[in-house]
Amino acid sequence: MSDGASETGRRSVGLTALSVLSVSGFLGIWFAVAQSGLLPKMVLPSPWDVVTAFQHSLYTPFAGATMSQHLVASLGRFLSGFLLAVALGVPTGLLMGWFAPFRYAIAPFFETFRFIAPLAWVPFAALWFGTGIGGPILIVFSGSFAAAVINTFQGARMTDPRLIEACRTLGASPWRLIIDVLLPSATPSIIAGVRIAAALGWQSLIGAELIVASSGVGYLIVQGQGSVETPIVMAGMATIGVVGLLIDWALRLVELSVTRNWRGA
Amino acid sequence: MSGIIFSEVTRTFKRDKGGDYVALQPISLQIPDGEFVAIVGPSGCGKTTLLRMVAGLDSPSSGALTVGGREVSGPGPDRAVVFQQFALLPWKTVRENIGFGLKCRGMRAAAIRPLVDHYLTMMQLEAHADAYPHQLSGGMQQRVAIARSFILEPSVLLMDEPFGALDAQTRIEMQEELVKLTKAKPRTVLFITHSVEEATYLADRVVVMAGRPGSILEIVDVASLRRSESWNDRAVEEVMELESFTRIRTRLWRLLRTVDRSADGRKTPQLSIAS
Repeated sequence: MSDGASETGRRSVGLTALSVLSVSGFLGIWFAVAQSGLLPKMVLPSPWDVVTAFQHSLYTPFAGATMSQHLVASLGRFLSGFLLAVALGVPTGLLMGWFAPFRYAIAPFFETFRFIAPLAWVPFAALWFGTGIGGPILIVFSGSFAAAVINTFQGARMTDPRLIEACRTLGASPWRLIIDVLLPSATPSIIAGVRIAAALGWQSLIGAELIVASSGVGYLIVQGQGSVETPIVMAGMATIGVVGLLIDWALRLVELSVTRNWRGA
Repeated sequence: MSGIIFSEVTRTFKRDKGGDYVALQPISLQIPDGEFVAIVGPSGCGKTTLLRMVAGLDSPSSGALTVGGREVSGPGPDRAVVFQQFALLPWKTVRENIGFGLKCRGMRAAAIRPLVDHYLTMMQLEAHADAYPHQLSGGMQQRVAIARSFILEPSVLLMDEPFGALDAQTRIEMQEELVKLTKAKPRTVLFITHSVEEATYLADRVVVMAGRPGSILEIVDVASLRRSESWNDRAVEEVMELESFTRIRTRLWRLLRTVDRSADGRKTPQLSIAS
């Protein structure tokens, strides 16, 4: 056992090293191309320019606010839209999975709406909410909602019917079945759906801020484009990527702590 | 009237392609209180359907089925089921699984705990009280499932190939365990198995079923021998060497063979309803 563990340990160290190598290789090539002078600085800023722009943006307002203020504005909108999508999407998915009539009533709308890209909502978001917080929330919501519903729905349908029968013979009431059987068996899918919803919502938000906001990381990128400050544009892009990664990691930790004990199921 | 009484019970399933599939021809069978009845028969002979109807998970298409004098209309506290695939809740610990039925009946946690402790000891599961099912061996998981049923003190215990998924060694241990448990507190048991030896060793009566459509071929009495030769006080291997045991086993084998042959002769299409 211990031999096997150290074997896989060694391998995972090797694979991690590979990730580090590929990232540094990427940065190295980027740096080399940017320094070579083949492309104007404006078209491809070097990694160093981006880091400098990022540092600078932490203290000096750009497009009306510092990077951290833009980020806080973005996160606030993201969380509002995302949490709303989860709060409505998870119960919708569960009801669709458990009650066929509800499924048939909801499915036509749902199946159609989920193909409408979040950005297609921009005109109405602007019309209904102006540049207030409502617009971005609507767009994040439209990005997150479908993923939350679909995954929850699939989880709700995945419960082993033998478990339900076994619990019925033990005297479980419908309420007990929901709490102790249906909900726990759907939980891994629900959390997976929440993770996907977070990723899609975060992506949609940035898109929304390009158009209907007066602050936020997406807004910063648009303003950077307007004034041809490409390093700050890239700093904004990198911030989006890293923050998205951190959000996913946080949800991954939640997932592990919930399902740790019954992964064998 | 008490015990389990099947009077002219039939079960017909609708086929997907249309038409009916007769799983059980009219079955009449009386199982008095405290009797251990084993059912053997080829796959698809309707033995699981029979058990599911007693459990209240399925209902007869015609005829009457009563348990303890009352018509079966759904699962009830007087009956408990042990499934072949254990059917434990993977997200609950051994302790929570065993206490689940009591919790469903609205018993308080403080009252449940000592009862669960008692069954943990009886089933030698004390060391695993806080483990999750997937951390246990198959034999231990089935002991949890049995404890979960016994703790409810059901008057009828329904077991659907409970030891079918276990290795030979564990299987024998579990059989001895079950004999001890039912001797300590006699209760009515309906036990489905594919093993002729298991049926002979455990049951007072062995019901041999024929398939397609399901019907009772013969009922073999074991109880008188079991009592006169006191099988219940002997080890499995000792009982299995007795001439009387071998005789019954051989008889059951012959019966099952005739069932298989007649099924071949009839050339009925194989359907996988209710194995």
